[in-house]
Amino acid sequence: MTKSILLVGVGGQGTITASKLLTIGLLESGYDVKMNEIHGMSQRGGSVSADVRYSEAGKVAAPVISRGEADILVSFEEMETLRWTDYVKPDGAIVVSTERIDSMPVMTGRLDYPDNVLAELQNAVKTLIVIDGPAEAAKIGNSKVTNVILLGAIIRHMKLENTDWHKIIRENVKPAFIDLNLQALELGKTLMKG
Amino acid sequence: MKRLLTGNEAIARGAWEAGTSFAAAYPGTPSTEILETLSTYDKSNIIAEWAPNEKVSLESALGASMAGLRSFVSMKCVGVNACADPFMCMSYTGCNAGMVIVVADEPGQQSSGQTAQDNRTFFKFARYPFFEPSDSQEAKDMVKEAYKVSEMADTPVVVRITTRVCHSKTIVELEDRQEAEPREYVKNPAKYVPVPAHSPMLLEKCMGKIDGLAEYSMATQFNREEMHDTKIGIICSGVSYYYAKEVFGENASYLKLGFVHPLPIEKMKSFAARVDKVYVIEETDPIIEDAARLAGIACHGKDLLPNRGELLPDILREKLLGIPAPAANIDRGKVLPRPPMLCSGCPHRGLFYALSKFKDIMISSDIGCYTLTTGEPYHTGDAGICMGSSISVGHGFQKAMNKKNGSTRVVSVLGDSTFLHSGIASLIDVAYNNSNTVNIILDNRITAMTGHQENPGTGFTAQGDAAVEVDIAAMCKAIGIRHVEVIDPNDLSAVTNALKAAFDRKDESSVIITRWPCVLKKFSDQDKREFPNMFKDKYKVKSETCVGCRACLNVGCPAIAFNRAEKKALIGNSCMGCTVCAQVCPKKAIVKE
Repeated sequence: MTKSILLVGVGGQGTITASKLLTIGLLESGYDVKMNEIHGMSQRGGSVSADVRYSEAGKVAAPVISRGEADILVSFEEMETLRWTDYVKPDGAIVVSTERIDSMPVMTGRLDYPDNVLAELQNAVKTLIVIDGPAEAAKIGNSKVTNVILLGAIIRHMKLENTDWHKIIRENVKPAFIDLNLQALELGKTLMKG
Repeated sequence: MKRLLTGNEAIARGAWEAGTSFAAAYPGTPSTEILETLSTYDKSNIIAEWAPNEKVSLESALGASMAGLRSFVSMKCVGVNACADPFMCMSYTGCNAGMVIVVADEPGQQSSGQTAQDNRTFFKFARYPFFEPSDSQEAKDMVKEAYKVSEMADTPVVVRITTRVCHSKTIVELEDRQEAEPREYVKNPAKYVPVPAHSPMLLEKCMGKIDGLAEYSMATQFNREEMHDTKIGIICSGVSYYYAKEVFGENASYLKLGFVHPLPIEKMKSFAARVDKVYVIEETDPIIEDAARLAGIACHGKDLLPNRGELLPDILREKLLGIPAPAANIDRGKVLPRPPMLCSGCPHRGLFYALSKFKDIMISSDIGCYTLTTGEPYHTGDAGICMGSSISVGHGFQKAMNKKNGSTRVVSVLGDSTFLHSGIASLIDVAYNNSNTVNIILDNRITAMTGHQENPGTGFTAQGDAAVEVDIAAMCKAIGIRHVEVIDPNDLSAVTNALKAAFDRKDESSVIITRWPCVLKKFSDQDKREFPNMFKDKYKVKSETCVGCRACLNVGCPAIAFNRAEKKALIGNSCMGCTVCAQVCPKKAIVKE
């Protein structure tokens, strides 16, 4: 049975980095894994997405997630969550970090950033988990680890805790940031308890 | 050993394992990471070069093959257009040691966009055998197999991939490099000089090569049947195979074609005879489908499926099974566009902000990050056709505008790498035909948009060695442009003054070179010496002075936000200190931290 995790955000938020760590961990745990990312403009503040699909028994076919297929949608930015809501299963979950990043039409004043995004999501999905990513990251002293906090949340939600994620982080993160990322991962897991 | 590799990494690995000794490419999405990966392998094994353009890369790869070493070239989809001249010819000449050409098409136009051309049509037209891998393992295996076919049939062989294969990570079994025995170079003008005395014979041979591979196409393991339920039979290639498997699973049988030209026609007929109904599932052009119909195989394909865009599982479900994709119950009006934008600290910002203030100009743009300034807030791009086109489109526009006594002046803009790719000949045209356009070369010291590759202007090779550096200003003068000025694009008054001076020269062309490094590049020692103060400061908004006029928001910087409640601008942590917003603020409310 193939599971699908969709990670979305804005260029520069670490969406692709989180999905790479997730994918490496799944491979090392013996799953068949496929990951797809649309990048190219990802460093330039555009919308970014990464599809991660894995299967315990049997092979993953398509590297992309279809509409209504994601077990979990993990979004690093409020409005981006709406862009991808179609992809979540009827009984799937959305984890959203409450960061808001104005896109160009908002910055220039032509359009207004949408209100009540979370209420909109609440109506659309069975399970909505709201995380104040920047505030949580501030607790451990670095705004750049929101992505690994969300990775921790995914691991808990998808019951992937048998994998040695600390090893994955130690092997794939720059030495100076290993401890910080380990803290972020653990923090992310605790946020999924409630 | 098993590793997760993107298709691009797997292609590079395949070329390396196959004993390739020479590789060349020009960067282009979605193919860039192939040569990037090759450049990380041991230099004693492989020479990996960034060429100034695709034509040069293809020609140098043929030269290396002629000399007797396995060679490799990769390019993006429109790269084929840039090298069409040698491309057409090399199927006639063939090669010596194995030669593989990788072309990355983009049916969904996700990141590059220029065209959605299905180059398989071109490969057929140019008479090349080609493979179409579906995932990373196949990408690696098929590159290795392509070398065998190349040496067996005396022709370069194409491996055609698409964005989803390039950028999907799937599991690959790694193997060791097998050195290829160097071949001897034998002088043979009758093979490599397609003049009329040789060319008809070369054409004869070339057509024979494709015909001769029909048997291989029938026998190769890359064209394989997968029989399950026989009510539906699917003939497919590339990533479409996995999309079909996702939707139909074992409720259909498959003829998966990995070697697509020439096609295994008899195998297709025999497969079709054993299933009730045939679907041909391939993205963009009906290459396989047309051949199937010609062979008398009754099938469905483009009568049901779109001939543009990707054939994602959602599309197959809708078009072939009548199952529409689900839609969430949300207010779609709340999903605003999020176009990519110039980075905080981008040296293009100052130039294009200043340029946006001039009236009665036509801005002939090109292919690079600056193409983003075509949109808001700058609106500084009237055209941007293909690599290097800005200067020549601008030249023709200006000549015609002058002839009809119009007042509009042309400003042609392109990056350093694009200028070196194919802008040089256009600038020669401007000088030679006595144009009066203003030409701006945005020298950000790197090929930025594709993710920071070295180029002939940066002082380094793909493999990190020091290199001769093109002196762009001296080159422009040597071409015959009399007015060449180098400026700092972050200095708005310097930009405005340079533009005014250029417009004042009514009958003469000018070149303005903006020289400032891309904020995302890895800075060389030379960069650090030349730009000692770059990106050191951060700026902030003095809240008590800010009047909320939003002038700073119109420089289009991701570091600037607006607090609606308090009607004040604020600058975030991502400020790189370019100072453009500070120069624009009418109240001088933006100051150094």
